[in-house]
Formats: sequence, structure tokens, C-alpha cells
Amino acid sequence: MDSNSLVSVIDELRGTFGDAVVEVTVHSGDTFVRVDRARIHDILSHLKHTSRYIYIADLFGIDRFTADDRFEVVYNLVNLAQQHRIFIKTRVTESNPVLPTASDIWSGANWNEREVYDMFGIKFDGHPDMRRIFMPEDFKHFPLRKEFPLLGIPGSIELPNTTPDPE
Amino acid sequence: MSYQQQLNDQGFLTTSVDALVNWGRSNAVWPMPMGLACCAIEMMAFAGPKYDASRFGSEVFRFSPRQSDLMIVAGWCTYKMSHAVRRIWDQMPDPKWCIAMGACASTGGMHRCYGVVQGIDNFLPVDVYISGCPPRPETLINALMQIQNKIREYPTTTLDA
Repeated sequence: MDSNSLVSVIDELRGTFGDAVVEVTVHSGDTFVRVDRARIHDILSHLKHTSRYIYIADLFGIDRFTADDRFEVVYNLVNLAQQHRIFIKTRVTESNPVLPTASDIWSGANWNEREVYDMFGIKFDGHPDMRRIFMPEDFKHFPLRKEFPLLGIPGSIELPNTTPDPE
Repeated sequence: MSYQQQLNDQGFLTTSVDALVNWGRSNAVWPMPMGLACCAIEMMAFAGPKYDASRFGSEVFRFSPRQSDLMIVAGWCTYKMSHAVRRIWDQMPDPKWCIAMGACASTGGMHRCYGVVQGIDNFLPVDVYISGCPPRPETLINALMQIQNKIREYPTTTLDA
């Protein structure tokens, strides 16, 4: 991997978006860029259309279980031509867990955003089909939130009726 | 010469209806393969030539619940899937039996989480539980033989009349 061009991508992000780029960390050979949630859609759009990160390999949520900025959403982006990978992170609060959708930039983000909504309750503004993807549609809880018990809440998901239908 | 011997000499056999019906039932247990996860691979081996379930009359895997007597639930069952499993079970004609194959079907196994039913006995009447992750085909044969023993002890005429 040519790390110089990854540095230039981050420099360009800093030049274009200024303070919206909050923090850049490198860990285990991967680059993580934490950005301001107000500019997340512009930054993602810029990364795809200008820096050619045309492939969204993954999109997932994290429950940090902190008092402020509780949830984090991570976008794992790949530039296939240059074989670069960059992780974009942004944080949302527990009281207003809303982010703009990335599904208009990469249509592959569609189901991942539904999964993040299903598991953490983070809504994506502008998503074409913001429904649960795994859990039953009438399920009331968000299972990957830290306060959710491991074995679930008894009775929260219906089991089948064990009495056969009357003949 | 007793009456029974007289009959036997003429080519007749005296037995009870229970014994005859249960002999037939226990040697033609047609399974409904409910393969939900990796246990289903072992279930296929059980039906294949090496372990050869046809020795016990159970080689006819029926994919229609209306033609089967035994449901083998092989693998972990989620809450979402449980409704389909129960519906298939309800479509099977009586008398019917159920094997919970493997740790996951019996107890939830390693899937100790909110999405997986912690044992299919929460919504199905299970006759035989099999341990193992996954169990070997011999274990499934053993379970089938236990089902056969159970069928043979079932007082058919009394309960079905």
C-alpha cells in the first residue's frame, strides 16, 4: 500500500472540511478518521466522488456506553484502484440518534444502515426503507445496546402457539 | 394340540393388533428433515449409504410434512424460524415423533442469545434429545432406535380407538 497517497487523502479532507475532521488515528495498519456528524454526508460524498472510495466494505455501529456521544457509526471504505482502506467514524448522542443516510452515495449501505437501526436504534435520515432487518418488525428493543440483557427480554418475541388449530 | 398350534399349522399367525401395527409403524418411520444448521450435514450422512438409515426403514426423507412421522430438528432455531417449524409440525399427521438433534436444538447450545430459542421444547413436544455438536450419525441412529422402542411400547389400539 502506498501510504503517501492515504496521507494526501487525509490532508485533502482537512483542507476541504477543516475542523470537521476531529481526530486521525492509525492502529494495526488501518487509518481511522473521526469526523463531525454535521458534515458526515459531505465528507462521505467527497470521499466517493473525489477520492474514489467507490466501495463501502462495511458500515456498523458501536455502543460506547458513555454519557455523551454514546453511539459511534463506522464506515469502512475501500478505494479499489489504489487498494486503500479508510475508516470514517462519527458519533451521535443517545437523545438524538440520527445520521444522514449514506445509501444515496453507496446503495450497498442500505442494508447495513437498516442493521445499525435494528441493533442500536440509530435512524438514518433519507433512507428509502428504514425498517428493521433482522428482528421481528413489532420488536420494541435494540439488542446490541449495552443495557439489553444477553438472553433477551422474556416474552418480547412471540413463540408459536403450541395448541394446534381446532379442526 | 392347542388352538394356537392348529392355526399355526395352517399358516396363520396369532398376535395382537398393537404388536402388528407398532411393528409396521416402528419400521417405517419417515423423517421430515428440519435441517436448520450444521447438524443437517450429519443428518444427511445418516441417510446416506455409509450409515444407511434404510436398515431401520427410515431412508425415505419426506420434504412434505404430510407424508412424514418423525421431525428431526437439526440445528439452532431462531424465534423467527420457530413459527415455520411449528407450522410444519402441525401439518404432520398423527402419530408423530420429534428428535431434537444436537446441543442447539436441545438447549440453545452455544447460541446463548436473544434471537435463538433456548431449546425447541419451548414450542415442540420432543421425544428424544441428542447431545453433541454436531452429534455423529451413529447417535442419530441411536435416537431413531429409541423412537422405535417408544413406538413399540405405545398401546395403539387403546389410544387411537
